[in-house]
Amino acid sequence: MEANKVKTSNYVGKHKGFKPNEISPKANFIISFILTAMTLIYLVPVILVIMVSFSTPESLTYKGYSLFPTELTLSTYKFLLKSGKQIADSYKVTITRTILGTVLSLSVMSLYSYVVAYRAFPARKFYTYYLFVSSIFSGGLVASYIINVRYLGLYDNFWIYILPGLVSWFNIIILRTFIQTTIPDSLFEAAKIDGAGDFTIFFRIVLPLFKAGLATIGLFCVVGHWNEWSTALLYIENPKLVPVQTMLQRIQQNINFLKNNSQMSQTQEEMLILKNLPTESTQMAITVIATVPILCVYPFFQKYFIKGMTIGSVKG
Amino acid sequence: MKQVKEVARRREKYPDEIKNLPLSRGIISERWKTMFFKKVAKHIRDYWALHVMALPGVIAVFIFSYLPKFGVIVAFQRFNYKKGFFGSKFVGLDNFKFLFQTTDAWIITRNTVCYNAVMILLNTTLAVILAMILNEVKSKKLAKYIQTVYMMPHFLSATAVSMILFCFLADTNGLVNSLYRSLGWETRNWYMTKSIWPVTLVLVSSWMHVGYSSIIYLATITGISPEYYEAAMIDGANRIQQARYITLPHLRAILTIMLIRSIGSIFYGDFGLFYSVPRDSGSLFSVTNVIDTYIFRALKNEANYGMSSAAALYQSVVGFVLMIGANAVVTKISPEYAMF
Repeated sequence: MEANKVKTSNYVGKHKGFKPNEISPKANFIISFILTAMTLIYLVPVILVIMVSFSTPESLTYKGYSLFPTELTLSTYKFLLKSGKQIADSYKVTITRTILGTVLSLSVMSLYSYVVAYRAFPARKFYTYYLFVSSIFSGGLVASYIINVRYLGLYDNFWIYILPGLVSWFNIIILRTFIQTTIPDSLFEAAKIDGAGDFTIFFRIVLPLFKAGLATIGLFCVVGHWNEWSTALLYIENPKLVPVQTMLQRIQQNINFLKNNSQMSQTQEEMLILKNLPTESTQMAITVIATVPILCVYPFFQKYFIKGMTIGSVKG
Repeated sequence: MKQVKEVARRREKYPDEIKNLPLSRGIISERWKTMFFKKVAKHIRDYWALHVMALPGVIAVFIFSYLPKFGVIVAFQRFNYKKGFFGSKFVGLDNFKFLFQTTDAWIITRNTVCYNAVMILLNTTLAVILAMILNEVKSKKLAKYIQTVYMMPHFLSATAVSMILFCFLADTNGLVNSLYRSLGWETRNWYMTKSIWPVTLVLVSSWMHVGYSSIIYLATITGISPEYYEAAMIDGANRIQQARYITLPHLRAILTIMLIRSIGSIFYGDFGLFYSVPRDSGSLFSVTNVIDTYIFRALKNEANYGMSSAAALYQSVVGFVLMIGANAVVTKISPEYAMF
């Protein structure tokens, strides 16, 4: 068939290095501009929260929230630093559960994923389906609640944050795919011929080659633990065991939650400060403290998230 | 000793040719049971380490995932906390009768399904469009910057998002009300105004999910061989036609998988979104209460084990059926995309 009139771009020859099958520079500029302008939709709300947290309470009452506050102050943050016992406790809880939870989760899941990835293992299908079936329908919130509280004694207990979420089907699939794509079977066979047991293989061969996979899932776990907030609403009474996000949620409903943490150990001065704690800017300030750490960190790990998502979805 | 005698006795019955062959560990008795045990022993000897490795995961999954499945019995009991699973009275379908006699059941079902349907369609469409447009941007650095920013809401907890929205919708001095005041309009208590919430919740959900979802689609698109596009260009297709005839078909696989997953979870609402963002405002319940929030509130605020577990079982069963159904439909249309 005679080739149709080739619709080459008018720009070939005019602009060096311009590949004919790309959109014209004009279109490129338009879409780049629109997309970049739309990033404001994401940035502006965050900046708004930050601005409010730095505003004086008076300006909030009289002029309302604004992206360009007229009066800025650090007083809210100073208040929080001085009287933030609840905040410090909550931060301790969040950080501890993030680190402990991620490490434990990674350990259990990486071991399990090795078992599920090892192609020559006859019982592999059993373990895969065992996990798969557990994920497709759940017993429900109530059953879990009853088991956790009445039979396992996890009410008001720190371990409620870590134990139920130890294993996740999605993450194990990602880890398994990692192992299967990055480590060739021949390596396993060679090791076996050399007489290595499975534990040796796992610790000496798989783990070192596996760091990218561990980093990806580790990041998923970290983000998950950091942002998780509904467990404590249901299971925790002791304010000392409440993570930062749940504290934020409780403050939303009742600012007094901040003030109620062990009132006995607070000095007169501290109690006075708490009594005068401004409500709205405090809420925003705590939001900032709760979110900024992770917002500052994630761009550096972007490629891990992307890789994890793609592997998980394609093979899932 | 006894075994030797046993074997000797059995050997008498063997055919003549092999009756007097010397006994050695190599001879396998014809009894399959012994063979089976030997196979098991060999398996254990070779693979014990793997079983040990899998053990922590197996235990954790059993306790926290399989046991609660049996706990659905609560839906059929008048559960008494002190008596536990085994002491509580069995009442058959009473809990379900109670549940479906309330108007709540219809409201939460309608809310859950409708919100999910709209959100799935809208978010997927937007994510795909975003991925396709982002792929065209020439400057890779700019594209990466845009992607980073769009991904950002994924790292916010639902509570943080609700705080952000609060800045806009706060009663006395939120951004929207301040704007209204400066325009001379009357300010409204948005957290008690039902009509804005369906749209607001859908838009917030898009804000939260489109950026992160587009990652998968973008990765798929960049994986398409450029030869297709070049061939199409030679045949005279413009960029839009190329998108329609090349890009979209390549996305079909991943879209189908996503769709099955979404349909399977259409009965599961995004708890954070529907509980936290409306700030638990009771007057909005008829438009913001979904099955998950209903279960949570029934359990936490009323300790109503019966109703909440009935709702939870209802959710699990329907969700499961939907997923199997969606998978069956896909298997009919294009089997290679089915999940199982």
